[in-house]
Amino acid sequence: MELADDTNATPVVKTKGIGEYISSHLRQYGLLFALIAVMAFFEVVTDGTLLRAVNITNLLLQNSYIIIMALGMLIVIVSGNIDLSVGSVMGFIGALAAVMIVNYDQSPYLTMIVCLAIGGLIGAAQGYWVAYWKIPSFIVTLAGMLVFRGLSLWLLEGQSVGPFPKEFQIIATGFVPDLFPAGIGAALADLFGARKVNVLALATGIAAAALVVWIGLRQRAQNKAYGIEDEPTSFFVVRNVIIAAALIFVMFKLSLFRGLPNVLITMGILTIIYAFITETTTVGRRIYALGGNQKAAKLSGIKTERLTFLAFTNMGVLAAAAGLVFAARLNTATPKAGFALELDVIAAVFIGGASMSGGVGTIIGAVVGAFLMGVLNNGMSIMGIGIDYQQMIKGLVLLAAVIFDVYNKNKQG
Amino acid sequence: MALLSMQNISKTFPGVKALDRVNLDVQKGEIHAVVGENGAGKSTLMKVLSGVYPHGQYDGEIVFEGEPARFSGISDSEKQGIIIIHQELALVPQLSIAENIFLGNECARKGVIDWRKTNQRTEELLAKVGLSEPPTTKVDSIGVGKQQLVEIAKALSKDVKLLILDEPTAALQENDSRKLLDLMLELKAQGVTSIIISHKLNEVRYVADSVTVIRDGMTVSKLDAKAGLSEDEIVRDMVGRDMTHRFPEHSRTPGDVLMEVADWSVWHPEHSERRVIKNASFNVRAGEVVGIAGLMGSGRTELAMSIFGRSYGRNITGSVKLKGQPIDVSTVDRAISAGISYVTEDRKALGLVLDETIRFNTTLANLDGVSSGPILKRNEETRVAERYREALAIRTPSVFQKTVNLSGGNQQKVVLAKWLFTAPEVLILDEPTRGIDVGAKYEIYTIINDLAAQGKGVVMISSEMPELLGMCDRIYVMNEGALVGELAAGDASQERIMSLIVNE
Ligand SMILES: Nc1ncnc2c1ncn2[C@@H]1O[C@H](COP(=O)(O)OP(=O)(O)OP(=O)(O)O)[C@@H](O)[C@H]1O
Ligand SMILES: [Mg+2]
Repeated sequence: MELADDTNATPVVKTKGIGEYISSHLRQYGLLFALIAVMAFFEVVTDGTLLRAVNITNLLLQNSYIIIMALGMLIVIVSGNIDLSVGSVMGFIGALAAVMIVNYDQSPYLTMIVCLAIGGLIGAAQGYWVAYWKIPSFIVTLAGMLVFRGLSLWLLEGQSVGPFPKEFQIIATGFVPDLFPAGIGAALADLFGARKVNVLALATGIAAAALVVWIGLRQRAQNKAYGIEDEPTSFFVVRNVIIAAALIFVMFKLSLFRGLPNVLITMGILTIIYAFITETTTVGRRIYALGGNQKAAKLSGIKTERLTFLAFTNMGVLAAAAGLVFAARLNTATPKAGFALELDVIAAVFIGGASMSGGVGTIIGAVVGAFLMGVLNNGMSIMGIGIDYQQMIKGLVLLAAVIFDVYNKNKQG
Repeated sequence: MALLSMQNISKTFPGVKALDRVNLDVQKGEIHAVVGENGAGKSTLMKVLSGVYPHGQYDGEIVFEGEPARFSGISDSEKQGIIIIHQELALVPQLSIAENIFLGNECARKGVIDWRKTNQRTEELLAKVGLSEPPTTKVDSIGVGKQQLVEIAKALSKDVKLLILDEPTAALQENDSRKLLDLMLELKAQGVTSIIISHKLNEVRYVADSVTVIRDGMTVSKLDAKAGLSEDEIVRDMVGRDMTHRFPEHSRTPGDVLMEVADWSVWHPEHSERRVIKNASFNVRAGEVVGIAGLMGSGRTELAMSIFGRSYGRNITGSVKLKGQPIDVSTVDRAISAGISYVTEDRKALGLVLDETIRFNTTLANLDGVSSGPILKRNEETRVAERYREALAIRTPSVFQKTVNLSGGNQQKVVLAKWLFTAPEVLILDEPTRGIDVGAKYEIYTIINDLAAQGKGVVMISSEMPELLGMCDRIYVMNEGALVGELAAGDASQERIMSLIVNE
């Protein structure tokens, strides 16, 4: 449509000072720096154990299923709901996989497909009540939590079932073979004075770092073209250098050990996909609108029920994926698997800056939040801190993160 | 003696200087009006005064009753007798009138509420504001006009010296407004000083003793209204230039019938035996602006929302045709793609995702218009948002401002932008100029005229009769869920519309 262009009244944009910029973006920086600080702290107090290649690999494996579920949980929470059943669903799917593969000799591949599908169905069944019957998700998934905890007990008859065949185990504990010619690896190994170097891991690290910087630069150029206020240059440089260096460092460490864990690839790809969906697609946009103001979203033509339904279905699939990874990692399915894990997942999402009331939160935030919890767990375990203190500390970290959010919001008024 | 003197008040938000050395002097026992365009800083000034923004968050000095005042919160200013009634009502809908009035201030002994005393005092207070509802009535079962009176009764329950009303009549029908203004005059006679913010200048003229005009965060003038003040004088100071017409020139020649609604009936969503809309039939022609007049609660919003994707009511019967063809309006997205858009009257609850940016909200109802396949083109989005920001003169430092931070009038413009961007054939506007300043009203009228000139149909629901009379080619009159009359522009007058409402 044609619009008259006869206006002169718009206030001047004032460029913000650096101080103002920090205070309005304190959350993102805070999270990043918290992660760095926690890592630095544990690196020192564990005498360098934290960042050893073995331990980094371990850290990734230990947290992979939390991160996979955090991706789905973020979407559920942004849409204004919550899913308390994921721990149980994860355990149930692990049990199902074990029964199918170990007791019934099914092929691992068929089992994985069936498990993911059943995860989706479970999510859909819960989402149905939440979306179309408007039953609060807290209640529906609380019921789901109990039901699927019971079902896994029933399925496993209270026993642990395992072990799994190799083909199944590798989804969690396998490593991507080095695709580069062995000569390069050997040459690099000489250079670094290492026993061997996995070139693929190193190359992936460099590529990932380059990608992050490239996306950042492109965004910056666009912002400039549209006159959007941006991060001060010094900040941009420092932040990107830190992230790029961290990526390369971690990958370098991995390359000295066994290379890229399969789960890291799964996790990385899923994270990229979900970050893309939430940030740059219409579906993602609609989910934020749904969580931000359901009535306004509905009156804007958004199919709010269907979106809620899909958010839960997606969560179910991801919980199933996490269940497979978890079972494969432990090489057995136990009735206790996934117990209380939903709380870790939800905590990660909130530490990552999501809001209980919906409409706010990012995938990257949730992933970093999960890593922060993961590093805390791992670091404290290495130090030999008892589970009692660990729980208390994690609880306080969660509380601190949320208080920080609320404080920030109030300050901005 | 000046009761209140605010001196050189400045307040900055990130990227916005909302107040720039504003001065406001209010004499004891007067009614002082604060006027200005949307986003001029009126509400912000009142928030500074009432301690919503505590001392230290603004610059300048407040002197109240001759003493410097430094409030650290609302309860602080309330203790001094400064009571503010905000632009958005703050009553708890599920509680009774009495419970609301004494909320946080209960008549209790040792924590146990004394209901007899509460109800008795409520009755006294309600009598003062001229309301005859029983104190136990739930607030959500009385109309907005009465709710506004309850707010005032609540203010009176505290020892009020200075009463601040931020756009108290924006959502009120004319006779309700009149009641409220008369109450203000009565309170004045009893010695209560008040400040009123309003975009309805006839009301300002009716009650105010003096007027302070704010523009772009600065005091531009202080006018004495006792000697009589013309609306044009106020407007000139508000917008900074003469405004000779309130409605833009238009000459329309409506074409064929564009949208036709026939035999539309709607039942109440909860009380399924109550029919809210009764066999309503109406039409809009291409290039025509049609008004729907009626009292609050006459069913105008319900009619519009039930047509727009069955967003209200149940058991809906009747048909909607566009250009002679029946169209499917059973869900909102179908109604939108059929070419119908509806601009809600309740921008906060139904119009905006408040925590999101102007850009986010502008494109929300037409994401396909800014995406290729499922992928959003964010630069295109920015361009679209910028275009509407300019076209509608939305006052904001950038389209990346969160809508919650916009002034009420600018929020309304964002909602309008959102629906204009869906490029509708028929645009249904529900109270489109509620809380909007004179200048911006003119801009919105111009946009409506443009739409009509392009051959679109516009349905305008409004409680402001001058607006309907000034803009519409035809006016339907609605009463108790039925369309009870239809007047051509030439025959319509305020009296005729009222008589149609009263006669039925
Ligand atoms: N919390 C906030 N953060 C950022 N900007 C704000 C905030 N509150 C108000 N503003 C800005 O301050 C300016 C003044 O707003 P204010 O609400 O006082 O206007 P107003 O005169 O009351 O307008 P209206 O008549 O539309 O209600 C506007 O530009 C608005 O966008
Ligand atoms: Mg205001």
